[in-house]
Amino acid sequence: MRASGSSLRSKDLLGIEALTPEEITLILDTAEGFKEVSERPVKKVPALRGQLVINLFMEASTRTRVSFEIAEKRLSADTLNFSASGSAVEKGETLIDTADNLVAMHPNMIVIRHKHPGSPQMLAERYPTISVINAGDGAHEHPTQALLDAFTIRERLGRLQGVNVAIVGDIKYSRVVRSNIHLLTKMKANVTLAAPPTLIPTEIDKLGVRVVHSLDEAIEGADVVMMLRIQLERQGKLSFPSLREYYNTFGLTRERLRRAKKGVLVMHPGPMNRGVEIASDVADDPNYSVILEQVTNGVAVRMAVLYLLGGAHGE
Amino acid sequence: MNVKKRLLDGARMNRAIRRMAIEVVEKNRGLEQLMIVGIRSRGVPIAERMVAEIEQMEGQPVPFGILDITLYRDDLTTIAPNPVVKPTKFPEPINDKIIVLVDDVLYTGRTVRAALDALIDFGRPKQVMLAVLIDRGHRELPIHADVIGKTVPTDADEVIKVKLAETDDGEDEVLLMEK
Repeated sequence: MRASGSSLRSKDLLGIEALTPEEITLILDTAEGFKEVSERPVKKVPALRGQLVINLFMEASTRTRVSFEIAEKRLSADTLNFSASGSAVEKGETLIDTADNLVAMHPNMIVIRHKHPGSPQMLAERYPTISVINAGDGAHEHPTQALLDAFTIRERLGRLQGVNVAIVGDIKYSRVVRSNIHLLTKMKANVTLAAPPTLIPTEIDKLGVRVVHSLDEAIEGADVVMMLRIQLERQGKLSFPSLREYYNTFGLTRERLRRAKKGVLVMHPGPMNRGVEIASDVADDPNYSVILEQVTNGVAVRMAVLYLLGGAHGE
Repeated sequence: MNVKKRLLDGARMNRAIRRMAIEVVEKNRGLEQLMIVGIRSRGVPIAERMVAEIEQMEGQPVPFGILDITLYRDDLTTIAPNPVVKPTKFPEPINDKIIVLVDDVLYTGRTVRAALDALIDFGRPKQVMLAVLIDRGHRELPIHADVIGKTVPTDADEVIKVKLAETDDGEDEVLLMEK
């Protein structure tokens, strides 16, 4: 067992739920050190030299896959990108068989995105010597996204404790929101969720968050407004009458943002549906939007996670 | 660990650092292109004190940087828990500068090897010098210090403990301990 406080207890990062506040702080503090690496003339450090990281992306991703790959390369790890399309998965190979074959080539870490919740945990239990990082599993968790969101908030506002965060939109189908709720409540931020009733899972208030059904109510007094993407691909049919109506009731506009605190941060995990959950002029306004900063910080946070999991695992 | 000997007290440490500062200026015949860079963690306060001495002596500012060598260590895959990573900071580009690396103790030379690798990733200095408060011998790499506060012959089972008011509770001192 590794000592708490200065290291992570687990060999894997499967979700935020299992992390302690101390572990979250360690990852965020470590990421501060890594942010500087991306600003150097030579954007590379030898920390993970000779380690092989497999990026196993069984579901579409641009931002997260690219961000992990850049983070791995800046740490000098060897990277191998594996995606479902164009592989034997299309011939019907199962995840276990695919993973067994990849593991036979001795990787040190696997970064996995999969549509089935729990697939990262299954791999983590199957391979006791390999670190598994969850890059999004179904509607379960997306821990590195929550960590980079928290990093961005902490960097901008100087703290997480007591910060009022409104999370608006597709609560039901979003793994980002689940990881964010775990992280923000562990760090003693105040979380308010807002969405049409059809997009709010029952009993979500048991996670220690406030639930409201109007955007204005959620934004009132918020330090941070986090907009979620309407996940059209995960919904069988729309949970509201039309995208137009969704925009009119839950879309973030400049007008609506007036109810928030001065200096409010607008965040979005991407990819954005402009004109559905967020107005284009708000998304692009540097006075509010930290959406591209989130992307920049994502690399530093993922470097921190890779570094903390990639070192020695002391007994 | 038992304390075998107090090698330096506060006053003697201050004199040693002042002498190191003078030597750096003398060896470079002035401050032209000079940058003092402390290696985290205890090299940083020692470097800051040297900068203060030089500025007082010469009456002009000296650029001061901080180098974190964690990611360049050769034992990252064998030590646990992982050392904490902190930012590296330089006030200006290090190209064509004379860099004086500062650390508390020179022992195996592996920290300095890592520091040289880290430094080269930031640019191409004209020259790199090494200043250490204590040189305790037992080198494992072909590395030597240009400026030394105090040379202490030690056994391999002994430990040098440098305590600084900035990083440790209490007063400045250097202790020779027995494992």
